[in-house]
Amino acid sequence: MADIVLDKVTKAFPDGTLAVQEFNLEIADGEFVILVGPSGCGKSTTLNMIAGLEDISSGELRIDGQRVNDKAPRDRDIAMVFQSYALYPNMTVRENMAFPLKLAKLSREEIDRKVDEAAKVLELTALLDRKPANLSGGQRQRVAMGRAIVRSPKAFLMDEPLSNLDAKLRVQMRTVVSRLQKRLGTTTVYVTHDQTEAMTLGDRVVIMRAGAIQQVGEPQELYDHPNNLFVAGFIGSPSMNFLPATVSDGSLHTSLGDFPLGERLRSRLADVSGDLIVGIRPEHFEDASLIEDSIRQRGAEFEATADLVESMGSDKYVYFTVEGEKASAAELEELAADAGSGDLPSSGSNLVCRFSAESRVKEGDTARIWVNLDKIHLFDPSNGRNVTLHEGRSSGVSA
Amino acid sequence: MTGAKWRWGFLDLVVIVFALIPVLWIASLSFKTPATITDGDFIPREWTLENYRNIFNTDQFVRALVNSIGIGLISTLVAVVLGTMAAYAIARLDFPGKKLLIGISLLIAMFPQVSLVSPLFEIERSIGLFDTWPGLILPYITFGLPLAIYTLSAFFRQIPWDLEKAAKMDGATQGEAFRRVIAPLAAPGVFTTAILVFIFCWNDFLFAISLTSTERSRTVPAALSFFQGASQFEDPTGAISAAAVIITIPIILFVLFFQRRIVSGLTSGAVKG
Amino acid sequence: MTAETATEKPTTHSVRAQRKAKARISEGKRQERKLGWLLCAPAAFVMIAVTAYPILYSVWLSFQRFDLKFPDQREFIGLGNYATVLTNEYWWTAFGITTLITVVTVAVELVLGMALAWIMFRTLVGRGLVRTAALIPYGIVTVVAAFSWKFAWTPDTGYLGNLFGEGAPLTERASSLAIIMLAEIWKTTPFMALLLMAGLALVPEDLLKAASMDGATGWQRFTKVMLPVMKPAILVALLFRTLDAFRVFDNIYVLTGGANNTSSVSMLAYNNLIRGLNLGIGSTMSVLIFIAVAIIAFIFVKLFGTAAPGSDEGGRR
Ligand SMILES: Nc1ncnc2c1ncn2[C@@H]1O[C@H](COP(=O)(O)OP(=O)(O)OP(=O)(O)O)[C@@H](O)[C@H]1O
Ligand SMILES: [Mg+2]
Repeated sequence: MADIVLDKVTKAFPDGTLAVQEFNLEIADGEFVILVGPSGCGKSTTLNMIAGLEDISSGELRIDGQRVNDKAPRDRDIAMVFQSYALYPNMTVRENMAFPLKLAKLSREEIDRKVDEAAKVLELTALLDRKPANLSGGQRQRVAMGRAIVRSPKAFLMDEPLSNLDAKLRVQMRTVVSRLQKRLGTTTVYVTHDQTEAMTLGDRVVIMRAGAIQQVGEPQELYDHPNNLFVAGFIGSPSMNFLPATVSDGSLHTSLGDFPLGERLRSRLADVSGDLIVGIRPEHFEDASLIEDSIRQRGAEFEATADLVESMGSDKYVYFTVEGEKASAAELEELAADAGSGDLPSSGSNLVCRFSAESRVKEGDTARIWVNLDKIHLFDPSNGRNVTLHEGRSSGVSA
Repeated sequence: MTGAKWRWGFLDLVVIVFALIPVLWIASLSFKTPATITDGDFIPREWTLENYRNIFNTDQFVRALVNSIGIGLISTLVAVVLGTMAAYAIARLDFPGKKLLIGISLLIAMFPQVSLVSPLFEIERSIGLFDTWPGLILPYITFGLPLAIYTLSAFFRQIPWDLEKAAKMDGATQGEAFRRVIAPLAAPGVFTTAILVFIFCWNDFLFAISLTSTERSRTVPAALSFFQGASQFEDPTGAISAAAVIITIPIILFVLFFQRRIVSGLTSGAVKG
Repeated sequence: MTAETATEKPTTHSVRAQRKAKARISEGKRQERKLGWLLCAPAAFVMIAVTAYPILYSVWLSFQRFDLKFPDQREFIGLGNYATVLTNEYWWTAFGITTLITVVTVAVELVLGMALAWIMFRTLVGRGLVRTAALIPYGIVTVVAAFSWKFAWTPDTGYLGNLFGEGAPLTERASSLAIIMLAEIWKTTPFMALLLMAGLALVPEDLLKAASMDGATGWQRFTKVMLPVMKPAILVALLFRTLDAFRVFDNIYVLTGGANNTSSVSMLAYNNLIRGLNLGIGSTMSVLIFIAVAIIAFIFVKLFGTAAPGSDEGGRR
């Protein structure tokens, strides 16, 4: 077990691609840290540098206080689960898991004992004599995991280990991973693409974009207080709604209507003027008819026609189209591209609201909607910064 | 299922007939008596083992067979090992001079060997390699290597390199990762190469005839050209055919032994997707 | 695919980092280089040690008038030999014959070899038998095989001699060439097939299944899925087969001895070098053959682009 420190770690590939730049992170002993970000943002590269599979171009990597930049992977005592599982196809499951132990020259009995133990934890006992080709995706994934845990390494690195599994299996494996890590208490760095994994698995989440850290924090912290547009849009599903906005005369002008600025916003906006982007999470809207009067004055109301209603049982997702300009910023385009919704044809902005299940709104209805102004975020479109945050809270901003 | 089997069986038969008729013709010649050898019949009218008896009665042939097998195996082994090393480096590693090596090996494969024989002869004479095993093994390795390097690097390119990384993470050195993880997966390429290089050495006539002078190192194809009939006035066709049949047997064994390693799916299950 | 996103913004920064990376090769890179050299050294050493002098020597000879029958007249004549050869009618006839043989045999062998590879690889019955039987022609000593063909095609002594009525096929140009090509094809199709079969072994089953799920027909699966994966193997097979075909020698030597205008360029080189002892002209022909072959090789490698060994893309994944 070990703590891992990345100190201004940078990776420049020979072709000039700057995959990771000035990456600073301190991972405590036993901590479970998640790396998330869109495809190609440098997650795997970062992991590979920690593993020793890629050279570090500049900066320093310390494990247990020791500089390990020039150490070979085998001398770092770290195990890795690969994005592709990278199982040895010519070996059985047992041989796959025994491989690191054999290389470490353990005795036969000890190898067998450890493999059996790991197999039991991962429910692989019945499959020990099969070859990887004859396993299901989930089983392969567990073998890859088993190969990592057998030798009780100082740390685990996992590169999107669940990304190829179907939704149900993914949920199941997620709990397996989580329980395993808690049980073993091994420092873990886990790369994922997946929102839910990021929010539920880790002690802390690191959000990356184009090789740079955007924000580091506990999942809830990132959700409630995103540093910038990118983080706000990346975390949360369905994601935050963004609309263009301007501020004047103490009120906020948006295509939903004009909203009064509360004390909280007014103080933060003292030195801000011009165009802004307002960000509102789906759950911060509500069917106005369900709002109790005691909290009604914390927000504002407007009307819109529902395009689509999805009832999830516990609550309802209601989709609206809002006429007028779309919010535009580099970050938003990138997020849309990553989500694969880059060029959906639509005249206005799409708005997603989460109403409680009692709401009677139906498709085609004109609904009256309440928005919680205490929870809205305002962003500066030119640099993406969240202007509603307390200065002190913004840790790890890249600006 | 049986329908498919019949179809395959039929195709197999076509292949076998296409491949073997000329071979059977040689075999047929080897069983003919001197009197009937020129009768043009595909199946001998009179069968005889005389030709076989004759070739095995001369030490010359037996000795040449031993030379051929020894020289062929050693050359193949060395060429495949060196070729594997180089091909791995070419496919996997980044180093200056890579292109040059590829170029040189192609150049060697391209240059007409006829014109290299005389200078080689001169060199071998002056350093005492002429008419020795190494004197043939060295050129065979040299001319087998380009093919080995090209074939093998085509193979290595297809191996999922995450496996090598995984092995390194599991505590393997570069060497161990290669030996225990990569090499087994490259087996089809290695054995294909081994078969091709062995056949090249086995069949070579040009070097064998120019770089040997006695039975100390003369291989079978060269020895064949010294064949006489049983008496001086007899046509050696029967004896040559018998020898050709005999020396095809090691090739058959060699191929039989190695072909089963050429299978698909060696890497399946290694990586997802 | 997203390289731009990583580099688009901090341009100055990236340039600086790049320069830094270049100036100081990291430890790992240096190790990689060392290992690369170490692994290639033995192969490179053997190849160069054995061939450097002979190749340079024969290039050197090609610039000299040097006939062992008249050793006193040896002198440096620059490109004189080249002029002699390139204005010689026999050379160009042989060149045409060689080209014809190369094109026909390689094309036929590629098609046949592919079919043969498929059968050897896929057959449900007697796989070992088919594979072995199919490879025997390649395993037979070329000279002997050629000799048996000659015997077979000679009227009265062979079973094929009277196949086309009267007349000896090996005494006429067209039929001689056809027989030479047949012998070549019979002998070396297995070489092609073996290399292609090895390529087939690399096509992942899943990929084929996925393609057939997508509604690809057998032919589409072949052209769209298998051929691309097999590209490196096809390149190697084509390249080495063409190089060999262009230097065709043994079969012609035995079957016709070059009679009736059936000489190949290698036959001419051989006749000059070994028989005629005219080292200057013979070496010149060798160099010219080499140049022709090099041009062919160059075209193949260009055609195959990144499938060629050592091309940067693709190998290191
Ligand atoms: N060997 C390389 N040479 C040059 N550029 C590379 C190399 N490997 C990766 N890159 C680039 O570095 C960037 C980061 O790649 P990386 O694999 O770390 O992304 P990732 O965040 O893991 O993406 P994904 O979620 O798709 O796995 C990408 O732009 C990629 O194109
Ligand atoms: Mg990745």
